[in-house]
Amino acid sequence: MHELSIALSIVEIAEEEVKKAGGTQVEQIVLEIGSLASIEEEALAFAWQEAVKQTVLEKAIYVIQNTAGRAVCLACKREFELSFMYDLCPFCGDFRKELMQGKELRIKSLIII
Amino acid sequence: MCTTCGCSSDEPANMAQPGLQAKPLSVAGPPQKQFHLLERDVLQKNHHDAAHNRQHFEKSDVLAINLVSSPGSGKTTLLEKTILALKDEISFYVIEGDQQTMLDANRIEATGAPVIQINTGKGCHLDAAMVHEALHTMQPARHSILMIENVGNLVCPALFDLGEKYRVVTMSVTEGDDKPLKYPNMFESADICVINKVDLLPYVDFNLEKSKEHALRVNHKLKFFELSATKGDGMANWLNWLRLEHAGIPV
Ligand SMILES: Nc1nc2c(ncn2[C@@H]2O[C@H](COP(=O)(O)OP(=O)(O)O)[C@@H](O)[C@H]2O)c(=O)[nH]1
Ligand SMILES: [Mg+2]
Ligand SMILES: [Zn+2]
Ligand SMILES: [Zn+2]
Ligand SMILES: [Zn+2]
Ligand SMILES: [Zn+2]
Repeated sequence: MHELSIALSIVEIAEEEVKKAGGTQVEQIVLEIGSLASIEEEALAFAWQEAVKQTVLEKAIYVIQNTAGRAVCLACKREFELSFMYDLCPFCGDFRKELMQGKELRIKSLIII
Repeated sequence: MCTTCGCSSDEPANMAQPGLQAKPLSVAGPPQKQFHLLERDVLQKNHHDAAHNRQHFEKSDVLAINLVSSPGSGKTTLLEKTILALKDEISFYVIEGDQQTMLDANRIEATGAPVIQINTGKGCHLDAAMVHEALHTMQPARHSILMIENVGNLVCPALFDLGEKYRVVTMSVTEGDDKPLKYPNMFESADICVINKVDLLPYVDFNLEKSKEHALRVNHKLKFFELSATKGDGMANWLNWLRLEHAGIPV
């Protein structure tokens, strides 16, 4: 379950940011998770409980913003939204594509108190 | 990590946008709230460590390969056979990732190649910092090949760049030709796909063409090797590719 190492990395970054800001804890954290990032939100929620104990994130509310997958078809050059990595181009049916969006795994913002 | 090895150290890049950072929302009364727009990649530290490993590899001309698959697809067997076939031409170094045991490391040791075992315990993947530590312990010789066998898992290792030049995903014909659809991120992040155990094709319901089609749907750039690590069919193509890559001749 890589969600635990993900949660621990988030804690590490939050600790660093709180220290830099001279605060004591995080009130709210917004995460951006792409729908193709292979992060299971339930697994993350579970790992979260463990990872944030006695850290600046212990009492933080976390908000997840999902980003849809987007790709550009390499055959017809059109852009399309995809739900699965294996989706074909809805316009021409080609399988060759360049992913443009959907693998994000970012801390968007923090409210530090 | 850069402080332990003393090589080109730098702080992780902070992605915060100037004017937008540290905007106090309220000044009246405690507690003071500060809104920070970060846009920071959660895996930034690993990306940094991976870039650092890559510098090591480039500096000493080491070809690093990250081998990933489900447990039992044949990574260790492929490694053993590869090292035995090429050891008179190429120096191999091996990092073995495993949650608990030393079994694979012992198998590699028997081939004569230097090997370091990393036990990840509950962790289900290797990360770049672990590989970095192993690198400094093992110090692969110039112009060698470093094979990194990742933990047997098709999910987690996909997210963690180790600084390798090539990621090789192995699937065996006993696993079902829909593997790439079920674990798209791993196939999407790989450069090479080895389809192993082709000696068993007559006995299993595995459609080789379909498996490749599935893999290409998640990654149209994948290059395939179909082989049997135990029986030797198809090994020549794989070995030849390694020889050429090692010699720096792009295929
Ligand atoms: N029939 C057949 N069995 C293989 C082949 N390659 C590996 N195996 C067997 O598959 C099992 C798992 O192989 P191993 O190399 O330990 O897989 P790993 O977990 O990916 O490292 C072992 O019993 C191997 O002997 C192959 O090409 N054909
Ligand atoms: Mg193995
Ligand atoms: Zn995992
Ligand atoms: Zn198209
Ligand atoms: Zn170093
Ligand atoms: Zn560094």
